[in-house]
Amino acid sequence: MDTFAALAHGMAVAVQPMNLLYALIGVFLGTAVGVLPGIGPALTVALLLPVTYKLDPGGSLIMFAGIYYGGMYGGSTTAILINTPGESASMATALEGNKMAKAGRGGPALATSAIGSFVAGTIATIGLAFLAPWLVDVAVRFGPEDYFALMCVAFVTVSATFGDSPIRGLTSLFIGLTLGLVGIDKLTGQARLAFGVPELLDGVEVTTLAVGLFAVGEALYVASRRHHTEEKLEPVRGSLWMTKEDWKRSWKPWLRGTMFGFPIGALPAGGAEIPTFLSYSTEKRLTKHPEEFGKGAIEGVAGPEAANNASAAGTLVPLLTLGLPTSATAAMMLAGFQQYGLNPGPLLFAERPDLVWGLIASLFIANMMLLVLNLPLVGLWVRLLAIPQPWLYAGILVFATMGTIAAKPSVVELSMLAGFGVLGFLMRRFDFPIAPVVVGLILGPIAESQLRRALAISLGDPMTLLQSPISATLLGVALIALLAPFVLKGLGRFKPNED
Amino acid sequence: MTSGDPAQPRRVDRAGIVIAALLALLAVVLVWDARGLQSAAMYGMGPEAMPVVVASGLALLAIGNFIDALRGNLPARESTDPVPVLLILVGLALLIAIIGFGGGFILATSALFVTTSAAFGRRAVLVDSVIALVMSTLIYLAFDRLLTLSLPAGPLERLL
Repeated sequence: MDTFAALAHGMAVAVQPMNLLYALIGVFLGTAVGVLPGIGPALTVALLLPVTYKLDPGGSLIMFAGIYYGGMYGGSTTAILINTPGESASMATALEGNKMAKAGRGGPALATSAIGSFVAGTIATIGLAFLAPWLVDVAVRFGPEDYFALMCVAFVTVSATFGDSPIRGLTSLFIGLTLGLVGIDKLTGQARLAFGVPELLDGVEVTTLAVGLFAVGEALYVASRRHHTEEKLEPVRGSLWMTKEDWKRSWKPWLRGTMFGFPIGALPAGGAEIPTFLSYSTEKRLTKHPEEFGKGAIEGVAGPEAANNASAAGTLVPLLTLGLPTSATAAMMLAGFQQYGLNPGPLLFAERPDLVWGLIASLFIANMMLLVLNLPLVGLWVRLLAIPQPWLYAGILVFATMGTIAAKPSVVELSMLAGFGVLGFLMRRFDFPIAPVVVGLILGPIAESQLRRALAISLGDPMTLLQSPISATLLGVALIALLAPFVLKGLGRFKPNED
Repeated sequence: MTSGDPAQPRRVDRAGIVIAALLALLAVVLVWDARGLQSAAMYGMGPEAMPVVVASGLALLAIGNFIDALRGNLPARESTDPVPVLLILVGLALLIAIIGFGGGFILATSALFVTTSAAFGRRAVLVDSVIALVMSTLIYLAFDRLLTLSLPAGPLERLL
């Protein structure tokens, strides 16, 4: 089959010594940054983007794959050992994992999360490898109006459908869309919202926005409510290894978590919190040890962690095949592609198969490296967690500004970074979700150009959006997804509290 | 939705009103900016269409946020301490000023490190300054020399 040949080719790319080294550096940096409290995978990718500036696209994307998966592993270590989930997808892990760590079973909790992540990541990456070519075949038939409609679906699901409040989610999205308008209009060369500032003509950098909102905003927020919380690091006591009983109780949740995570991640539904919570509640229902739930049940760590990783691989399906980011992390990955002028989508599969399949193959390798690296090195990561909070956040801010200083050392760019930091702080304070801003900034301009292309082809007739069956269906889905939360207020059960 | 007791009288949320006003203001700015654009497209939509669409959305959301604020529908907020936030912002301002006036990477990031660390409750400014200088020098050397990223150089960087 084609997929096997393509995957084998990708493997050949990925196992080149230099690429293996890039993957290794990626997983190492990804874990090291991801393990820091308050730093989720999206911010990990954003912070480490500048490190990859000077590499060739292939090597840098492979390093990216490692950073992405490494950030996910690091996040779960933090969730288990200090109960501060860096991202909402780790909340379920924190629930049971931290209890296990308190009961002196931190080792098995970390082990089941690492092995579960490996199992889920591997299965989901296989799913990605087989689903992607099929979806690419579908996607080549998409016209510009269909792409526009697809992006409308993504806009709605990311901001309104699954959040706490559709109004606040949509507000975040529209702030992102507004930021996406800044700069020179690509079709007519006219400047929009630049107010005569030359630095604004190029538009708002995705990395500046993401680092500002996530890193600076988070630091300001944590500093402002420092008097509220005291973090406590649980030492890893006892054996690192899982007992036979632990294995027996873990393997089914791993597989079930994968089954939840991958399909939901692959749908443009945004975020891993839904599959992780579905997995958590399923394990709670099916377990033979219901009395342990809430006190540190291993199933409650194994299932959600697998779901989390599987959905991370799932979000790569729309990202690679359609160029559609459905989470903040995927938006950062897209920014990584764009830094080399690469646009993920069916064309990339046709034009640069070495790149795409090299990336998919590296996901397998990164996953394997993480399993080997993580368990023996857990002591090292724990020591990173023990950095005193003042130095930790000071270091995070230095590293965050360094990315901007290296990319564009201008007063305007740095002021924007600080401004986005304040915005991120206020959004956290008033409980506006942050991921829709990033998705709006990155998808807004693409959606606009697809819409304008569609209307130019149809000679200005807006009915073209409804005449294509694909586009009409997708717009219908978007409308339902927009109205559903207003109709069924119960959907807002999952609190999006992203990284 | 998240507000707790329905029996409790709901109060108008002033911060929510301000948020709604800011969104409305943003919508006005978008329309005002779009008026200056020339529609060059013969068919379909020109560059001014999208800002107007976004502005309409923002205006609607301003109304939505306003209603939420009137009903007191905003989630509960914890008390905040403004001092650390201001300290970090001072640090960022120092960083921008030092970079802007050619003070270089090491001094700029050290200033940010020390103020942030102070914001998180450290009082040992001298020790932190030494740590910051050493750390940023190492970062500078690693990134400027090893990864050949160009970081802005000031008096300290030229000594290296």
